[in-house]
Amino acid sequence: MSTYTPEKLAEIDTHSRKARRAKKWNQFLHMVGNHSLLIGLSAIFILPLYLVVVISLMSKGQAETRSLWPHPFVWHNYIDIFTAVPFLKWTLNTLFVSIMGTIGTVVSSVPPAYVLSRLQWKGRQTTFLIILSTMMLPGQVTMIPVYIIFSRLHWIPSFLPLIVPSFFASAFSIFLLRQFFTSIPDEISDAARIDGCSEFKLMMRIIVPLAKPAISAIALFAFLGSWNDFFGPLLYIVENEDLWTLGIGLNAFQGIHHVDTNMMMTASALFMAPVIIIFFFSQKVFIEGVTLTGVKG
Amino acid sequence: MSLTRAHAISPFKKKGDIAPPRKKLKVPRLFIFLCLSPWLFGIIFFTAYPMVSSFYQSFTKFNLIETPQWVGLDNFHRMFFEDDDFWKALKNTIWISAISIPLRICFAIFTAWVLTKPKRGSSIYRTIFFLPSMVPAVAGTMAFTYIFNPAYGPINKMLEAIGIKEPPFWFMDPAWSKWGLILLGLWGIGDTMIIFLAGLLDVPTSLYEAAELEGASGWQSFRYITLPLMTPVIFFSTVTGVIGSFQYFTQAYVASGQVNDYSHSMYFYATHIYHSAFKAYEMGYASALAWVLLVITLLCTLVILKTQKRWVHYPNGSLFK
Repeated sequence: MSTYTPEKLAEIDTHSRKARRAKKWNQFLHMVGNHSLLIGLSAIFILPLYLVVVISLMSKGQAETRSLWPHPFVWHNYIDIFTAVPFLKWTLNTLFVSIMGTIGTVVSSVPPAYVLSRLQWKGRQTTFLIILSTMMLPGQVTMIPVYIIFSRLHWIPSFLPLIVPSFFASAFSIFLLRQFFTSIPDEISDAARIDGCSEFKLMMRIIVPLAKPAISAIALFAFLGSWNDFFGPLLYIVENEDLWTLGIGLNAFQGIHHVDTNMMMTASALFMAPVIIIFFFSQKVFIEGVTLTGVKG
Repeated sequence: MSLTRAHAISPFKKKGDIAPPRKKLKVPRLFIFLCLSPWLFGIIFFTAYPMVSSFYQSFTKFNLIETPQWVGLDNFHRMFFEDDDFWKALKNTIWISAISIPLRICFAIFTAWVLTKPKRGSSIYRTIFFLPSMVPAVAGTMAFTYIFNPAYGPINKMLEAIGIKEPPFWFMDPAWSKWGLILLGLWGIGDTMIIFLAGLLDVPTSLYEAAELEGASGWQSFRYITLPLMTPVIFFSTVTGVIGSFQYFTQAYVASGQVNDYSHSMYFYATHIYHSAFKAYEMGYASALAWVLLVITLLCTLVILKTQKRWVHYPNGSLFK
């Protein structure tokens, strides 16, 4: 005989309904908790960027009063910046160095990564270990002799010391590309080789198109690396104002007397903008690149 | 009868049917050499030669114009016994690494862990958390020195509003300037966070489910499941953090230029090398400083490597995965 009388069953039903409701309520509380924590953290991360934009739209007087909202909005700060300092020239210089550096890095890093991952040869492991160890080498150790080489070549001040080295492959890019190339199945190469495809054609026509995500990642890292670079320009182009990049120009702002302090934030906002825009359009490529190697370029 | 690989996997394997021998592909030596040549050239002229050269220069007095003059160990003697700036820079560097490396790791784990919590919408938060790490160092530093300025920056006003009576002067105060730099570093945590996030997402959910069934609390499952599985990532970030902190330059240089850091509270090891080489033009002495930096970095890395057996947990038992 069943002990489940209709009353008992109804009781169980309400119990389980209560339990379910409690569980749902609990989940809801968790969700609210998580999201408030995330929103709070987001606010902290956004705050400095928000303040930069807000201050960049204030008048000089207001920018020095710790205000949080522009009154009135001084939009023409964003026009004045181009006449107060050679901002356009700095931007074009930075753009030129970054684009050339990106081309150099991509062109010179793909072939070494290819032979390190897609071909078997004696010394491959050793070569790879050397590349890994140069990634760990502090730049300060080689910096002075490299500076001397460029000064003997009479390349200082000029863009050449900032651009030419990127045409000799970067260890980081080789590493990232190699990680990706290794994941492409060998059968693809074997099939092409049996069909009589030359190694160069195989690299350019088959592997490079397959590795587009990794190649765009190294291109992005290289571009942002040069765009954000300060130390290189500080060593090589500071002496000639015509060659200044955004970083160098911005750092020298305080010394330029006729420029208002709020303009520093206008310039900073304009300096950050391209990076942020690029990031929004390519964050997937970006985050995959960081995850693939564990480092940012 | 020796079986070739092709034979073993051939679906048409029959007795006596021998698969055609796999054509041995010639290793294209010339192609390999050509492909590697840009890298080879680079490593010879921009790494190997400069290393040898700076090692030699560290035993010389050299001002870029005259030929280097051999002075034996004078540079190292001067560094350890006569140069107060060297000790100041070293102390500042050790101070900031000792505080910022653990802080960065904790903050990165925390932000990454928070990101794994919600079922939906975490990608927008991830974008926001990651964004500041993209900002050019010069622009980020300018922004921070401005908004943390006690006189006209809004941050201290906000701190006063939430009840902090006398907020610090941040970059203007030698006792607080390094904290300003640390906050700037924590703001740009994004790239470290992404690595931790990838690690966290790799932890099999079955482990957490099992722990929940056994009645483990949230903290317990974090402490005994998440943390041990994260140790390889923590280890990696510690090593790169140590290497990075001895090269910490741009933020400190820009910030100290903005606020006239007379007391050298933001004078770090890399700044000292820069000043010796490109302000004082003492190339020999700067090379000696750089080699000491290399030795210190190597020693720190070795120490961390030595301790890893005790606390780094590799799930598959392999040392380097």
